[in-house]
Amino acid sequence: MATQTFEEISPADFFYRNRDIAGFTSPSRAIFASIRELVENSLDAAEYVMIPPDVYIRLSYVAEASPTAAIYKLRVMDNGSGIPPQHIPASFGQILFGSKYKLKQTRGTFGLGGTMSVLYGQITTHQPAYIASSTGISKMYMYKIMIDIQKNRPIILDRKVLLNKEKWRGTIIEFSLEGDYFRAMSKILEYLKQTALVNPYANITFVDPKGRLYKFTRATTKMPPAPKETLPHPYGVDVETLQRLIHITHTSTMQEFMKTHFHRVGELTANKFLTFAEIPAAKSPKKLKREEIVRLMQMMKRFTDFLPPDASCLSPLGEELLRAGILKELKPEFTAVCERKPSTYAGHPFIVEAAIAYGGSIPQKSNFVLYRFANRIPLLYDEASDVSFRVIQAMNWRRYKISQDMPIAILVHICSTKVPYKTVGKEFIADRPEVKKEVLNGIREVARDLQHFLSRRENVERERKRLNVFSKYLPKIAQFSTELAGREKPPDIEKLLGSVKKIEEEQQGQ
Amino acid sequence: MKRSNRDNRFSASERKKEVLDTLSGFGENLYQQMAKGNFPSIKMPSRSIENIYYNPEVRQYILGDRTVKRTAQNVRHIKPFTQLVWTAYFAHELSTNRKTSTLRDVYYSAQAYEVSFQDQSESDNVITDLETVAGFAREDFNIFPEERSAIFGDLTIEYTVPGYEGKQLNLTSHPDGVMIGPALTYSEFVKTTADKVIAIEKGGLFTRFIEENVHSKYNALLVMTAGQAPRATRHFIRRLNKELNLPVYVFTDGDPWGMHIAMVIISGSANAAHLRELTTPDAKWSGVWASDIADYKLPSDPLTELDIKRLHELQRDPRYKSDLWQREIKTFMKNKRKAEQEAFSRYGLTYIVDEYLPAKLKETS
Repeated sequence: MATQTFEEISPADFFYRNRDIAGFTSPSRAIFASIRELVENSLDAAEYVMIPPDVYIRLSYVAEASPTAAIYKLRVMDNGSGIPPQHIPASFGQILFGSKYKLKQTRGTFGLGGTMSVLYGQITTHQPAYIASSTGISKMYMYKIMIDIQKNRPIILDRKVLLNKEKWRGTIIEFSLEGDYFRAMSKILEYLKQTALVNPYANITFVDPKGRLYKFTRATTKMPPAPKETLPHPYGVDVETLQRLIHITHTSTMQEFMKTHFHRVGELTANKFLTFAEIPAAKSPKKLKREEIVRLMQMMKRFTDFLPPDASCLSPLGEELLRAGILKELKPEFTAVCERKPSTYAGHPFIVEAAIAYGGSIPQKSNFVLYRFANRIPLLYDEASDVSFRVIQAMNWRRYKISQDMPIAILVHICSTKVPYKTVGKEFIADRPEVKKEVLNGIREVARDLQHFLSRRENVERERKRLNVFSKYLPKIAQFSTELAGREKPPDIEKLLGSVKKIEEEQQGQ
Repeated sequence: MKRSNRDNRFSASERKKEVLDTLSGFGENLYQQMAKGNFPSIKMPSRSIENIYYNPEVRQYILGDRTVKRTAQNVRHIKPFTQLVWTAYFAHELSTNRKTSTLRDVYYSAQAYEVSFQDQSESDNVITDLETVAGFAREDFNIFPEERSAIFGDLTIEYTVPGYEGKQLNLTSHPDGVMIGPALTYSEFVKTTADKVIAIEKGGLFTRFIEENVHSKYNALLVMTAGQAPRATRHFIRRLNKELNLPVYVFTDGDPWGMHIAMVIISGSANAAHLRELTTPDAKWSGVWASDIADYKLPSDPLTELDIKRLHELQRDPRYKSDLWQREIKTFMKNKRKAEQEAFSRYGLTYIVDEYLPAKLKETS
């Protein structure tokens, strides 16, 4: 009989063995994922201090690695918050370490992406990563690290403290990785373009291995208000969260516990709920038995009188910024944008923003171009599985006098404290009925605006043609009538032509 | 523009003058409207199917009282309106310069004036509009379809067309017959010894009749209609009938289509309900009748479904009300057979001339 061995593996080891699920499936996906994770960290870091982000990305060729991959050096620099010196090694050298454990809308969620990139670089090139950061104080810290994969700990190879006279603030990371830039190129450029669209207040600069410069310049310095941190809504918690809260709580009664740790629960709601759940209001949370915790969780889902979560923890882009981004990156002839009212699914608040853009630089294809965003991240893969794609396919566009072969782009942005991704790969949004309804209503609203624009334009065009017809034919009628009648001078028809114009103006005025 | 009491015996040149006056009057009317600061408009009888009636008194289809108004103020009207004014102008130019033009020519000529027609059927239609507005046939505007019919026999005509004015021609001068084109249409009749007109549907039989001296044996003018007779030919037959008082006999195939060729010569078509003087109400259909097929034991073919459908239509047609027509339609439907004129050849090449023709002429005169 074979002996079965059980071993505990560290999170870093787990991701090392299962890097597929984090998006590092192939040399081209890996290079795309690394850039994406680091750019998103940089944008989050700048927004955290409410500074319009400046992100600089440089990818340089180092050496050939195999027929299908090469070694590149990736450098990403931002003007974000910077990382306090004591946290720098762990931020990039320890999986599941990060500042994003509270409930608010952020791009990343697990503190996974940055370290995953470094980890991937290390296992493919066995080179250390260099990190420099300052929070804007008079010193700047530089680290050279590698990751101890089995222990999930950073190994600090070198550390320098430099003077920061200019009080520069931000983070720079540079490391080597194996990848296939030329296969990833179109996706990377598309990603940067869409990121620039949905972050119109960011400057993004990219220098690729051929030395080509791609610059996405901000159209505004206005930023959406920062999301507020919020407590979990009782509707969305699980047993594990409850146990953790019980473990850290300083409250001594269940009533206090409910009021302190949950979103929008006051004294009244707490009492009503505890009566409903048949848990004494005065009982200490620490004394809850295991079955009571389970029942607490179940009752939380069943109780209907909790107030819906408010959306202050969300940060939609807003109609003005969304419009600025579309005009800047898509250069359409017409655009309509719409921010829906906040809604919730399973206790998680969310807001859908939708936009439609027509004409201009938008290509004419047999289908609409669909741009999907979640928490200001472009979603580039698995479009056909996404809820927005399905909503668009199911819509009756003829009602809006719109057809799929018009040059039209549709944008859908979903922001939430918990985006309903269908997979760990975070590439498409699931068909949640609540989300689907909001997406549908949003697209309907902007489709109506486009319909009005098109019919208005058609009217103007028709009137122009009408006037052309009159100016072409009326003089001919005058000419031939004059010749038929055997007269010398044609009748004056200027007045008649003038009256056509007047009719036209009146109709347009209506 | 009303010509209800126009004299049928107008000579060709007098008629020309009236056409020119009508066209200028049309232009003057539009000119006046524009000079007063109005969008020019015209009213004309509607040619829609609801406005076409059979009039037993004149024995042809006529237009009813409904009118349509075309106005240059309407964006959908202004292009056809311009086309109509241009066509009037073009017809006026043709007549003034004594030139003729085919329907196809008109379609192409328009392009030089930047008044384009989409296709010839559009220009043909506008020409019909002008006929309706002016009350003249397109031949009066010197516009002709491609010719294909001909005449042979002892009739002397005098040309009026430029270059031939005063020149005379006897219509026996060419053994193939003389084409009924613009020059013949505008000619004046001088003299004839003939005492009847025989119209024949097919070119083959027309040639046979000339070879067999039918014109002298029966003292007849022979007209070949080449299928459905063109309007110029119908008008010419009418002139032979009215101006020279010659009775007209029409010979066609023995089938519903042949029967209708005769009828259109006699009572006109619905398409020309806006026109007069294209019909010869006293002309006679002399064969081949349905009853002839049996009486002469002619080789025959069964009627097709399409033939029978056509017979049912003709049966309800007001032009076919009289006994002879109803009787023949019924005989066709009963026997379900049809025969071509050439079927007589089974009795030898001259049988139709020597036996059938005199018998039928006697029967129908």
